[in-house]
Amino acid sequence: MKALVALEDGTIFEGESFTGPGEATGEVVFNTSMSGYQEVLTDPSYTGQIVTMTYPLIGNYGVNVEDNESAKIQVEAFLIKEYNPIPCNFRATGSLGDFLQKQGVLGVQGIDTRALTRHIRIGGAMKCVVSTKDLDPASLVAKAKNSAGLLGRDLVKEVTCSEPYGWTADGPKPGSNFTTAAPGKYKVVCFDFGLKYNQLRLLAERGCSVQVVPATTSGAEVLAMNPDGVFLSNGPGDPAGVPGVVENIRAILGKKPVFGICLGHQMLGLAYGGKTYKLKFGHRGGNQPVKDLSTGKIEITSQNHGFCVDMDSLNPDEVELTHINLNDNSVEGMRHKKFSAFSVQHHPENAPGPHDSIYLFDRFIEAMN
Amino acid sequence: MPKRTDIKKILIIGSGPIIISQACEFDYSGAQAVKALKEEGYEVVLINSNPATIMTDPELADRTYIEPITPEMVTKVIERERPDALLPTLGGQTALNTAIRVAEMGVLDKYNVELLAADIGVIKKAEGRESFRAAMRKIGLKVPESAIVHSVEEALAAADQIGFPIIVRPSFTLGGTGGGVAYNTQELVNMTASGVDLSLNSEVMLEKSLLGWKEYELEVMRDKKDNVVIICSIENFDAMGVHTGDSITVAPAQTLTDREYQIMRNAAVAIIREIGVETGGSNVQFAVNPADGEMTVIEMNPRVSRSSALASKATGFPIAKIAAKLAVGYTLDEIKNDITRETYASFEPSIDYCVVKIPRWTFEKFPEADDLLTTAMKSVGETMAIGRTFKEAFQKGLRSLEIGAMGFGADPKRDFSGMEQHTLDKFLLKPNSQRIFHIYEGLRRGMSIERIYELSAIDPWFLHNLKTLVDTEALIRERGFSGLDRDFLRKIKQLGFSDPQIAFLTGTSSADVHELRDKEGLRPVYKLVDTCAAEFEAFTPYYYSTYEVENEARVSDRRKVMILGGGPNRIGQGIEFDYCCVHASFALEEIGIESIMVNSNPETVSTDYDTSDKLYFEPLTHEDVMNIIESEKPDGVIVQFGGQTPLNLAVPLAKAGVPILGTSPDSIDRAEDRKRFQQFLQKLNLVQPDNGTARTFEEAEEIANRIGYPVVVRPSYVLGGRAMRIVYNSKELKSYMTSAIAVSSEHPILLDKFLKDAVEVDVDAISDSETTVIGGIMEHIEEAGIHSGDSASVLPPHTLSKEMLQRITDATKAMALELKVVGLMNIQFAIKDDVLYVLEVNPRASRTIPFVSKATGVPLAKLATKVMMGMKLVDLGFTKEVKVKHYAVKESVFPFDRFENVDTILGPEMKSTGEVMGLDDSLGIAFAKSQIAAGQRIPGKGNVFISLRRGDKEPILPVAKQLTDLGFSILATKGTADFLNENGVACTHVHKISEGRPHILDKIQDKQIQWIINTSMGTRTTEDSYTIRRAALSYHLPYTTTIAGAVSMVKAIATTQQESMEVKSIQEYF
Repeated sequence: MKALVALEDGTIFEGESFTGPGEATGEVVFNTSMSGYQEVLTDPSYTGQIVTMTYPLIGNYGVNVEDNESAKIQVEAFLIKEYNPIPCNFRATGSLGDFLQKQGVLGVQGIDTRALTRHIRIGGAMKCVVSTKDLDPASLVAKAKNSAGLLGRDLVKEVTCSEPYGWTADGPKPGSNFTTAAPGKYKVVCFDFGLKYNQLRLLAERGCSVQVVPATTSGAEVLAMNPDGVFLSNGPGDPAGVPGVVENIRAILGKKPVFGICLGHQMLGLAYGGKTYKLKFGHRGGNQPVKDLSTGKIEITSQNHGFCVDMDSLNPDEVELTHINLNDNSVEGMRHKKFSAFSVQHHPENAPGPHDSIYLFDRFIEAMN
Repeated sequence: MPKRTDIKKILIIGSGPIIISQACEFDYSGAQAVKALKEEGYEVVLINSNPATIMTDPELADRTYIEPITPEMVTKVIERERPDALLPTLGGQTALNTAIRVAEMGVLDKYNVELLAADIGVIKKAEGRESFRAAMRKIGLKVPESAIVHSVEEALAAADQIGFPIIVRPSFTLGGTGGGVAYNTQELVNMTASGVDLSLNSEVMLEKSLLGWKEYELEVMRDKKDNVVIICSIENFDAMGVHTGDSITVAPAQTLTDREYQIMRNAAVAIIREIGVETGGSNVQFAVNPADGEMTVIEMNPRVSRSSALASKATGFPIAKIAAKLAVGYTLDEIKNDITRETYASFEPSIDYCVVKIPRWTFEKFPEADDLLTTAMKSVGETMAIGRTFKEAFQKGLRSLEIGAMGFGADPKRDFSGMEQHTLDKFLLKPNSQRIFHIYEGLRRGMSIERIYELSAIDPWFLHNLKTLVDTEALIRERGFSGLDRDFLRKIKQLGFSDPQIAFLTGTSSADVHELRDKEGLRPVYKLVDTCAAEFEAFTPYYYSTYEVENEARVSDRRKVMILGGGPNRIGQGIEFDYCCVHASFALEEIGIESIMVNSNPETVSTDYDTSDKLYFEPLTHEDVMNIIESEKPDGVIVQFGGQTPLNLAVPLAKAGVPILGTSPDSIDRAEDRKRFQQFLQKLNLVQPDNGTARTFEEAEEIANRIGYPVVVRPSYVLGGRAMRIVYNSKELKSYMTSAIAVSSEHPILLDKFLKDAVEVDVDAISDSETTVIGGIMEHIEEAGIHSGDSASVLPPHTLSKEMLQRITDATKAMALELKVVGLMNIQFAIKDDVLYVLEVNPRASRTIPFVSKATGVPLAKLATKVMMGMKLVDLGFTKEVKVKHYAVKESVFPFDRFENVDTILGPEMKSTGEVMGLDDSLGIAFAKSQIAAGQRIPGKGNVFISLRRGDKEPILPVAKQLTDLGFSILATKGTADFLNENGVACTHVHKISEGRPHILDKIQDKQIQWIINTSMGTRTTEDSYTIRRAALSYHLPYTTTIAGAVSMVKAIATTQQESMEVKSIQEYF
């Protein structure tokens, strides 16, 4: 079934749906991971986005039950070069096409994804419409132009959990104040801005009892649970578009050790009194080199972000830069000098991506000791 | 950490001659390393015996020793040069093994030479089977059930525990030599015996067979600060059991989820750390059980390898260059990525295409050998193809192979439709060089993927992709030419179908399909290989074609020339032609012309992204080349440097209006067409051996009777001496024509008078159509009848008279002028009874160009390029022959030890894979060096066994006499022994095998023989002489199969007894 991809600047790409009819709107971004499409699809940070994979052959190993990073597919639509319909892997429980179709997410193949990627690199991430229903380029471009976009938009409220839950070996179990969470040596409250399950898995593996709370939970409520530490998850969109969170974080800072990842890291930046800005086309992939400035060592990281903390907006007496991206020297990590709080822009929980940065979870455990 | 300043001079060891499993990829890596270190201001000393390499070009290293790569010679170089450090990880296993020996001899300590990149302990830990396994267990990784044995008895005991089938892997050998899969006790006994013999430390590992498991490789790099990155993952198409060099491989890995891939990545990182490779690249191989994902570690190479060359070409990340910089102290985050310029080497390449590597075998050269692929590598070359999908890349890969396939299927040359099902099943089960075509046939006749998987263990993912191609082929046939609408045509071009395939399936011509594509505006676009999947801007113009929307080709308006490379290495066409292509590129740069390289061979320097201004990694077929020409519109195309592959394209390209540079295609035809060639020679009053063309046996017999036996026979339609024989009588002629080849009116056979005992001479010349200069005259050591690519030769000629040399020079110049040669030209002459015969004229670069250039110091290929661009030799300052005072001896290197049941006798069909050069002021020493470099020992004392064909007895007398004078004892079978004793040479009689024990084989086994001289008729005249030659091979005994070779060897023995062998850099010769 023919499908058209229209960008807000008028560019059209032609492809073919492998998931039946549909139409979707979002910001189009590219991801350079060569494996891990299932994790990408289910990463809540992609809410509001249409993702194209730069690696051309997708679907090769199907999908399975263990590799979901959240309860559902989060991308608005999925654009690829070639769909391989027959899963070839011992863990596969189904095909990618069925997985998308069952959740009503449009998958389009036959796209010159390299051209699309180059287009985004040069022109920046842009608003986009994908459709099999409307094949009129002019109409689609107009729809793309008129769509909401991500700037200043609160996507977190769309993906955060509606009720608190505890993390167990079998996944989330509704309940608050650690009543349902598997027990552990450390009690950790996780703010869910659109978290990835692997963050919870890694905390649990390290002896944490994990209580997940909605993004809007107040600082007082969190402190009332008397956790050993507080974790700020990743999430979609513009950190500046999420109201209230900054105040909640400020209420916790200095009282409990805090560890933030991605959007959580950006929120911390705002809470420290800094600013964030939008990158031209973001970092999305599993090969981003990051240097730990304290050891000089390089870690290859998994990344997925379109916004970034502006280090110049922060007081150097209070906040220290700890990690930088070696490709563009952007901020990858920071540490508060007075409070026990540290954060990274990249995804140490990987999934997909290299495991080089898992040590940061150990640092969080140390901070709670 | 900046580069080290405490070291100034670095010695690099090359990998020596091209052999199976160690080919020009080590010239690529070595050349990169030399350049990288020079760039950093280090003084670089190089030792490599292979003259056909770019790395041994005099302007590359500061001091270049074209000397045998032995611990003794490396020691001499160290004594002379006193380097501060030795970098052993860029010259393959040869360099690594030699470095270990030199270190163990105490030479490095004595001269205070630091081993860079990996110390001896590390190398031993990685390469020693038991130490490696212990290390893997220590870090919690699995290794297959195994045992280390040193004898057959130990092997049998271990087999009880492991259970058959068992993989036999000798330690410290190249490309798994001597290894294999043993299915039963007898096979285990044979393999263990030969493995213990071949192994440097007489050690063989027996390993539980993981037949059917999936095989993966990761290329890993580490720097001094312990930063580790993965450059590339590779998934093998063939399952475990086939050597990775013989497997079709694909990058990146296709069927691993991220979770599994990261487990493998973590393992690779842990391995390089545990083994302790300090800096540089390593290659780690894994096996994965397809049923449950269980992963085991197979092996690790603590050095740059064939796979790293492939990974470099597949990703654009120059592993060898970076490895060299890491070795001198840089860290990954300090080295810029040349391609993006903005980013650094501390990242992991992401690729947005699919890469397929397909090995190239030459079993047709060794008909006695089993076409069976095992854990010992047998392929002689490989091709790589890049496409946006596996299907596209795979089809491109097949048509890059130069075997006449234009893709997968639609292939009239490989029709297995008549094959019985049980036979097909057998071939699917048994890995062999044709298996991919058996898979095609299986899919075509509707075998299920499950069944093909069951037989072949090839992952269903690959089979499903191939099935799509087979189904599409049927659809194209069904729709016919009229059914090729734009959408469908675009779709099948995206699947990689070539114009000739489509033409074949629709009963039209390639030209028709091309015309239709033009009409529909269907042209390929070119995409960049950029290491980063377009995340950053790329500055290096390294392209591949595909059928998509956006074209990234940056076509300049500069004056530009396209160079067509040689494609995959095979016997007869290898590194020598790549050397010429690279030089063409260098020459164009010198005169300010843009160079555009087209090639499909990942092992070469020509496909390094910084060799030419632009690189197109594409198949060398008419269609693929024309597409690039139509896009780039070059001012000219060079076809005469890449060997037969581009030369075959010359006429069709010229017909399409493409300007062919240099000698005109018509002149090439004049030299190749038999009739026109005859007229050409007659015009110049030159003679060739009597000859004729026959279409039937009767015609052939008549010609043979006319010109007289023996005659050289060969099919008219093959090149490189394929199926060429010398026949001595009517019976042999008949047998040849009935069994060896299919003769028909379209495919006649050619007969030439065989000039028995003639001296053969090779001449390379350069001409600008006005001035002709002889580049070099080489006299073959072996007599005419042995393929020029296989015989040893001496420059300058050592037995020819001044007058004869003048006649050769005059004839060469006359022919160059008559053919209006512009560029290079090679002529083969034979001299018999003072008559000069012209055997062959090739107005193009020959295999000997690099040898001549290294021997004389004249860069012939560069000069020829400039001449082709219209410059005159007068203006280039090259008008007179160079007279050298030293001797250069070329010796050939053979792959006989790779193929069981193959005779080692030489003949008119070329069998060597590579060459070495011995260089010295003394002819005897130069010859000795060439023998040592080629892997022959020069016997110092002991027993020489002589066994001769009729007619060779008289000529051996002086050899035998000299040998006894030199203190050797001579052994011979009865006939020869009697003859020698009668003629005053003391000789001991030894039994033939049939005469009862102890016989000659016992003597060989007991190491009582130090040299074997065994001449034969060129066929297996007696099983005895064949068995003796194979035994010599197995026991690494020096052996000689010609009288001329024996004469030279005796000379070498005599000289080495009197003079010591010294080393001298080529920079000091000129």
